[in-house]
Amino acid sequence: MGERFLVQGNQAVGWGALDADCEGFFGYPITPQNEIIEWFAREFPKRGKAFLQSASETGAINMLHGAAATGVRVMTSTSGPGWSLMQEGMANLCNAELPCVIVDVQRGWNTTRHAQTDYTSVTQGGGFGGYKTIVLAPASVQEIYELVQLAFYLADKYLTPVLVVSDAILGQMMEAVELKRLDFGPAPEKDWAIRGKASHPDGNRRASSIAKGMLPTAQYPNLLSFWRAYNDKVRQMEENEVRYEVHHLDDAQLVLVAFGYVARVSQEALRRTRAKGLRVGLIRPVTLWPFPSQVIRGKAAQGAKFLVVEDSLGQMIADVRLAVEGRAEVHLVSSLDRHLPVEEGAIYPEKVVEKIEELF
Amino acid sequence: MERKWFAGTPKLWVRVPVPIPFCTGCNHGTAGKLICEVIDEMGIEGKAILVVGVGCYTVISMLVNIDSVMVAHGRPCDAASGMKRILGEEAVIITLQGDGDALAIGTEATVHAAARGEKITTIMLNNGNYGTTGGQLGPTTIMGQVTTTSPQGRNESHGYPIPAGELIGSLKGVAYSARGAFTSPVNYQRTKRYLKAAIQKQMDNVGYSFVEILSACPSNWHLSARDSIKFIEEKIIPEFPLGELKNVDSIA
Repeated sequence: MGERFLVQGNQAVGWGALDADCEGFFGYPITPQNEIIEWFAREFPKRGKAFLQSASETGAINMLHGAAATGVRVMTSTSGPGWSLMQEGMANLCNAELPCVIVDVQRGWNTTRHAQTDYTSVTQGGGFGGYKTIVLAPASVQEIYELVQLAFYLADKYLTPVLVVSDAILGQMMEAVELKRLDFGPAPEKDWAIRGKASHPDGNRRASSIAKGMLPTAQYPNLLSFWRAYNDKVRQMEENEVRYEVHHLDDAQLVLVAFGYVARVSQEALRRTRAKGLRVGLIRPVTLWPFPSQVIRGKAAQGAKFLVVEDSLGQMIADVRLAVEGRAEVHLVSSLDRHLPVEEGAIYPEKVVEKIEELF
Repeated sequence: MERKWFAGTPKLWVRVPVPIPFCTGCNHGTAGKLICEVIDEMGIEGKAILVVGVGCYTVISMLVNIDSVMVAHGRPCDAASGMKRILGEEAVIITLQGDGDALAIGTEATVHAAARGEKITTIMLNNGNYGTTGGQLGPTTIMGQVTTTSPQGRNESHGYPIPAGELIGSLKGVAYSARGAFTSPVNYQRTKRYLKAAIQKQMDNVGYSFVEILSACPSNWHLSARDSIKFIEEKIIPEFPLGELKNVDSIA
């Protein structure tokens, strides 16, 4: 077993990036993710890696764009309002097919505290163009550390930005983490990297563009050839990259669906209601996109009911409803069920238990 | 006579089987030629990277035979900073932007790259309007100049044009700032010297360097090619004088 030590969720992003051989970080301060940018400011320059603070999140995502174009592993991090400013950049990174990682530590609308209110914008693509990005949703500090490593691998595999989405609770809490560099196998060669013509073995120039298909290239002779290739890539990601975790699913009559910190809360609610003999299960999407629709659809076909638990006014519930195709009841525990009416309020197991008991 | 000076295809110019979409009398093609010649003469073809924003000049990035990156409107200085921080001295990074790109939507990126003293070089083509979108008011439109969004001419309600070269030159992180034009062979050669000096500052690791180039936009100015040159000489140069605005060997 590797070394175990107490790590804060936000700082686990840094250790994950280090073990993924990330070479550069570009970011702008915003609560509740400041420990991430501070970690990189402290740890990267002394290792000869790049750290640069931008003048806004728009700046950060575009610094990331340039750095990603050089072919090395680079990342940024932000939270809700800053995430909004990055949307144009996300669309451009997807069009330019540049691999990189973005961490969004969610906060509640304009509060600085936890919530899961970025679900729709991270899964649907908040910018222009209609792109899709893989979205990884950790539920523990260990998982933040591991999914950041996976994110870099998937970004290189599909030439796309990949998101890791946590929240203020996961970001601020400390848990024991076992450091282990994950090996996902070889990543594709980056023959496309922009590093100056002399760096290319064939001596030919490379060009990276946010307007793929507009001007004819050998790779994409016209617009639809790019759109078709992009569409194929999205389908491949949907087919290959769905990840989720299940608990007590086999005999469950009621299935909780929850991610992030709320999945931990839901697990506790599951334990308490199972102890009372209620046949409750849990599906925890690890990829918010591509969404684990199939396993949900399977349970719906068996006649199970669903209870979506999420700390927003109800965003992921739309994906669960789509997955069940009208075959199952879908209920919701939302931010309106927090234990306090102020921003410190959170979804507690009691509320989830209460709702489960109502539904049996 | 003057056309003769600008004739001929430089070595690094990529020949494409489609027409290049520059209007008659537009100076952007000349800017492309200048970039090709400077890179060739400085012997940096293998390590030069052109980073372009969005405007008519974007197409130049496809036509200069070096590595290039096209990024979001206004954001070449951000992207170039990110690249330079990764690649370091092994790369010579040149951003090519318009006045709207560098000084309206991209002001933050440009000013902060300059303030940080990023070892990159910016070429800002100043044609006083948004050429690609049909000639709207830009940050460098001169007072009284008619555009599609200042149909009565630029006045107090639009505010005042930004002197890019002077503004950038006022920042500590800047090693070099100059303003050139293509109105005559002499000015072309001067502008070429400015660009070489600017790139040399980057290669010497001194700081940020900036070359503003006054550029004719006959289609949107509704002037002939010849009258556009006259307009630059008589109206724009008095507002934005040519010459070196800052030139230091150390910014410490």
